[in-house]
Amino acid sequence: MAMLEIKDLEVYYGMIQAIKGVSFQVNEGEVIALIGANGAGKTTILHTITGLLSPKKGSVIFEGKEITKVPAHKIVSLGMAHVPEGRRVFAQLSVYQNLKMGAYTRSDKDEIEASLEAVYKRFPRLEERKNQIAGTLSGGEQQMLAMGRALMSKPRIILMDEPSMGLSPILVNEIFDIIQSVSASGTTVLLVEQNAKKALSIADRAYVLETGKIVQEGKADVLMHDDSIRKAYLGE
Amino acid sequence: MSSFVSYLINGISLGSVYAIIALGYTMVYGIAKMLNFAHGDVIMVGGYAALTMMTVSGAHPLVAILVAVLVCTTLGITIERVAYRPLRGAASPLAVLITAIGVSYLLQNLALLIFGANTKSFQSVVTIPAVKLADGAINITGETIVTIVACIVIMLGLTTFIKKTKAGQAMLAVSEDKGAAQLMGINVNGTIALTFAIGSALAAIAGVLLCSAYPSLTPYTGAMPGIKAFVAAVFGGIGSITGAMIGGILLGVIEILGKAYISSQMADAIVFAVLIIVLLVKPTGLLGKQIQEKV
Repeated sequence: MAMLEIKDLEVYYGMIQAIKGVSFQVNEGEVIALIGANGAGKTTILHTITGLLSPKKGSVIFEGKEITKVPAHKIVSLGMAHVPEGRRVFAQLSVYQNLKMGAYTRSDKDEIEASLEAVYKRFPRLEERKNQIAGTLSGGEQQMLAMGRALMSKPRIILMDEPSMGLSPILVNEIFDIIQSVSASGTTVLLVEQNAKKALSIADRAYVLETGKIVQEGKADVLMHDDSIRKAYLGE
Repeated sequence: MSSFVSYLINGISLGSVYAIIALGYTMVYGIAKMLNFAHGDVIMVGGYAALTMMTVSGAHPLVAILVAVLVCTTLGITIERVAYRPLRGAASPLAVLITAIGVSYLLQNLALLIFGANTKSFQSVVTIPAVKLADGAINITGETIVTIVACIVIMLGLTTFIKKTKAGQAMLAVSEDKGAAQLMGINVNGTIALTFAIGSALAAIAGVLLCSAYPSLTPYTGAMPGIKAFVAAVFGGIGSITGAMIGGILLGVIEILGKAYISSQMADAIVFAVLIIVLLVKPTGLLGKQIQEKV
């Protein structure tokens, strides 16, 4: 059984249909990439999964439970974390306060402390800057903070929206290494990316989205060598 | 000299009331990003609630205050739920602003209907005696002392609440980014309702203190202090709790000193002139935040 299953999803912004019947699934332990051009509907899908948007039709099933109508603030305690596009760290709070916010739904102090240590171990730079105001961090550091904040909820699945956006090539590599290590430590990953090449290089499977519809799907290494994908998304 | 000290203390006392009211404005603005122009009228409701308790049922002043706080808290939560929440996410932020003005008139007219237009004389809730300093040249009333102490206690309490409690942290998160706050598991509607509850409870306290110091109550009692407190919040930097406090007290002091030394008719004009000058020099208010955010 799939860990996360999206069935026949249709989402509208007012009169405009953004998602036109999308279905896909994510199995436990996988890294799934959702790739496509700007405006294809990738972010809309993630927002619908975590309840920030509600679909007109279709359903979202997480670990066998229908969560389509579950409000956004009740999603994270189910074991699903969402690293939003543009990071959206709390700019006026410190790095430490941001990370504590990630553990908002948890109550065991010792376990939260342990998670904090684990995040600092994964992102030493966040520990160095733990008292710095998040808005003054560089883009790469903010991305790390957003990921660390999501990990503070101890998710079983993590949804990442454009983690490479606006970062230098070196930082992009660093961020993708971290995604791989998050995956290696047992967290399932659903990754939305415009950087199709990087996304396909770490994903197990991928779905290609075009104007609200899935137009292609398959194993990432197969898609990587597919001619139409290479032309449309890999710039070759 | 001694009269100057008296004016100053009276100014701080009046300013403390403005500050307590301004806290409600600034918190609601910071968290819900709206100006609740009905906030001033909640003060008036608090005044009537306390007065009714004391005169009709002969309740102890402390019980009357407690009832006023409960009435205003319930009123604040109800106003938010019924009038403002349905408009959250409306295309224009003007919709909720106009609604707030509508709620303000609604409260004033309901009070007019229930309590009539006659000025009611308010019986002070303060029983501690006045303090005389400098051989009786400076007379500080019990109301003045209680108001200033209440203001300090509220300020410290609120700051601790926001720093130390989970609900306070949730307020900080919601004030910055509602969507991201939801992703952290924070109930945004609940947090906004809590903000209205706290702001309205403070308005009730401010109402009772104001009516104790200036013992007359009409359905329009809350309107002018409400506008002054809004000015205080803007003056201090809207969204900032310390700013509301400083803005409120400065405003009270300017108003009383202006009345005493320049002109009692011109006092309000002076208050607003100072606001205009502050905003020209520092558009975000005295403590307004303007953090450069990297992207």
